[in-house]
Amino acid sequence: MSMIEFHDVEKYYGDFHALHDINLTIDSGETVVLIGPSGSGKSTLIRTINGLETIQQGQLIVNGQDLANKKTDMNRIRKNVGMVFQHFNLYANKSILENIMLAPRLVLHRPEDENKKIAMDLLDQVGLADQAPKLPEQLSGGQQQRIAIARSLAMRPKALLFDEPTSALDPEMIDDVLNVMKDIARDSDMTMLVVTHEMGFAREVANRVVFMADGQILEDDSKEKFFDGQPSNERARQFLSKIITH
Amino acid sequence: MTTIFAHYGSELLQGFGQTLLCSVISLFFSLIIGSMFAIFETTPIKFLRVIARIYIEIFRNIPLLVITMFFYVVIPLYLFKIDGFTAGTIGLTIYTSAFIAETVRAGINSVDPGQMEGSRANGLSWWQSMRYIVLPQAFRYVIPPLGNQFINLVKNSSVLAFVAGFDLMYQGNVIASDSLSTMSTYVCVGLLYLIITLPLSYWMRYLEKRLA
Repeated sequence: MSMIEFHDVEKYYGDFHALHDINLTIDSGETVVLIGPSGSGKSTLIRTINGLETIQQGQLIVNGQDLANKKTDMNRIRKNVGMVFQHFNLYANKSILENIMLAPRLVLHRPEDENKKIAMDLLDQVGLADQAPKLPEQLSGGQQQRIAIARSLAMRPKALLFDEPTSALDPEMIDDVLNVMKDIARDSDMTMLVVTHEMGFAREVANRVVFMADGQILEDDSKEKFFDGQPSNERARQFLSKIITH
Repeated sequence: MTTIFAHYGSELLQGFGQTLLCSVISLFFSLIIGSMFAIFETTPIKFLRVIARIYIEIFRNIPLLVITMFFYVVIPLYLFKIDGFTAGTIGLTIYTSAFIAETVRAGINSVDPGQMEGSRANGLSWWQSMRYIVLPQAFRYVIPPLGNQFINLVKNSSVLAFVAGFDLMYQGNVIASDSLSTMSTYVCVGLLYLIITLPLSYWMRYLEKRLA
């Protein structure tokens, strides 16, 4: 069953054509890595899926609901589709534990003791149980990102979107975050769409690799074809050779 | 000065009480109304943004005395009678709320947009995000400028003197013309204003240190 479907989607910022003729289907449980040069529309594309950006044309169906339909309740979509941001966006005025417990309490009305148990289990899973009472600013970037992932997971979403989750991190922090993401990809049936340049991650856990440039999808291959064969698109081949030699 | 206090103590005390009462009421309501219009200004709903903009631009740019006179003179002419204290307090509340709205809006805008985005993506509604995440952070930023607004409010309450609001300034004028000791009267009045404003500004500074 498909979790996310783009049909002929177009998106403009004024005159700028940000997304051009996007057709993409992501099945439930799939892990898809989205790559491309900066300004290619990767972030815009991923942000349309939970309605942080609107589309002007085409059809975008997420978890069976049409986002272009004005009657679609965005809050209901967001209950099922979590997002992890480049700059974490943890609640600066709340403790780590509260960051994780707030949305389940307000949105899912999860009972307090159950909420706390789930939050603590998640903190344990990302290796930060001892940080629960601290404020986000007291944690390193890598720790904050792991908390942000735990915060999304606490909603028990069907899909998780990652918008360059490791590009604001110091190199020694990146692996901790990627390991958490790999565990999710391997051990759960979560649908994952990941914008990243971490090719090691893509190689290990992705099912598919999608390459974008200038607001268009130029390549959509299985991981095997993308890495072991050759992408058929010339720009994708060049891009791949650049990021792999770096 | 001691003779002024000895002779006119009860009038001064009454004036002090009226000034304090007017200030507390105006402060409370202008903070609520001002915050409400600040929130209107930052909503995605255009209609509310326009309403807020009109309210703020009108009442920020008309003298306090004109707003107060409107309630003291014009409303009783066509609708119902309002005493001076009420007219002054309403005028002061409306006038100050326009400034507070601007201050709080600036606070909301200085919160990282990622905070709203993060909480919306996490499933919270716009209002939940505002209430639990954005506003608490915004108020931390705006404590110093809000303190200035509150001190201005206390001083501006002297507008009551023009509409027979029996406040400190009104009583000062009465005592000055009665006793003919203008200097000591107005020094007393000034000192009594300081009794309200100085603790207020120290309290705001304390809050700023504690919350920042």
